[in-house]
Amino acid sequence: MIRALLALLAACLAVPLAAQDTMPPAPYAYNQLDDPKLEAEAAALMHTLRCLKCQSQSIADSDAPMAGDMRHQVRSRILAGESPDQIRAWLIARYGDYVSYEPEVSSTTWPLFAVPVVVILLVAGVLLRRLGKRRSDAGETA
Amino acid sequence: MKSRLLLWVPLALFAFFAGLAGYMLTQEKDQFVASTMIGQPLPDFALDPAFGGLPGAAKADFVGGQPKLLNIWASWCLPCIAEAPQLEALKAQGVEIIGIAIRDRPEDVANFLQQHGNPYTRIGSDRISEVQLAIGSSGVPETFVIDAKGVIRYQHIGDIREDDVAVLLAELEKAK
Repeated sequence: MIRALLALLAACLAVPLAAQDTMPPAPYAYNQLDDPKLEAEAAALMHTLRCLKCQSQSIADSDAPMAGDMRHQVRSRILAGESPDQIRAWLIARYGDYVSYEPEVSSTTWPLFAVPVVVILLVAGVLLRRLGKRRSDAGETA
Repeated sequence: MKSRLLLWVPLALFAFFAGLAGYMLTQEKDQFVASTMIGQPLPDFALDPAFGGLPGAAKADFVGGQPKLLNIWASWCLPCIAEAPQLEALKAQGVEIIGIAIRDRPEDVANFLQQHGNPYTRIGSDRISEVQLAIGSSGVPETFVIDAKGVIRYQHIGDIREDDVAVLLAELEKAK
């Protein structure tokens, strides 16, 4: 039984391995920038960009080769003087809002921002009416 | 009576969201991220040859003549083996296919082509997925239809199956 489980586990591990390449990673995939200020900017940005291969991780968290190549893009573009917003916009132009973990207001995402506001207004309206009613009820009985 | 009914609203809402969550769990998740570069010109690039046998690939190679296919692939990619016969079929129809090999070594590229055939006229080597990211491709294999002006017209994600050949031929025709 244990042996069968182990074999199953090994089989699960073998599949992703077979899909990987063996090339050395891009220069800035695992190497930080020399300037700590620029590296901090790059790291903050990398935590808000989605890995395209392993879609529930940011590129900062992922070991997928493609995430490494995306980190290289981020670091080398920061080094070349691009701002984090420019780099995010560059990626969104290629992959859509999906690539960013920092949602921006757009034609597809506006309900995300509008719904909470509408709900708060609705609740406020209901509360005001109720409280107002109770107060006037109290006024009548007193 | 009206307030009695209102009491059920929260439960109904809860049941609705629980049902929605249950339904979504049974739905297959779409793993593909489509490129939003369709209709945009190819970015400027010039890649070195992926191996000794063919020239490298640049944006200029797509400009002029007939619409062409840009095939993103790699020798380490298993579905790329599956799509090799379909690329051959497209080549047999007179389609020019320019390849970009992702994170690949010259000897591996040469081996792959020897084993599975060579449908390409050029193959550029993209060692750090630079061009792949620049055109909004998120995996291997992917195939793009590029018109004679160098504009990206269509993206096929995943390996090309037999029924996809006709679709790609139609998209190439549309891009003329």
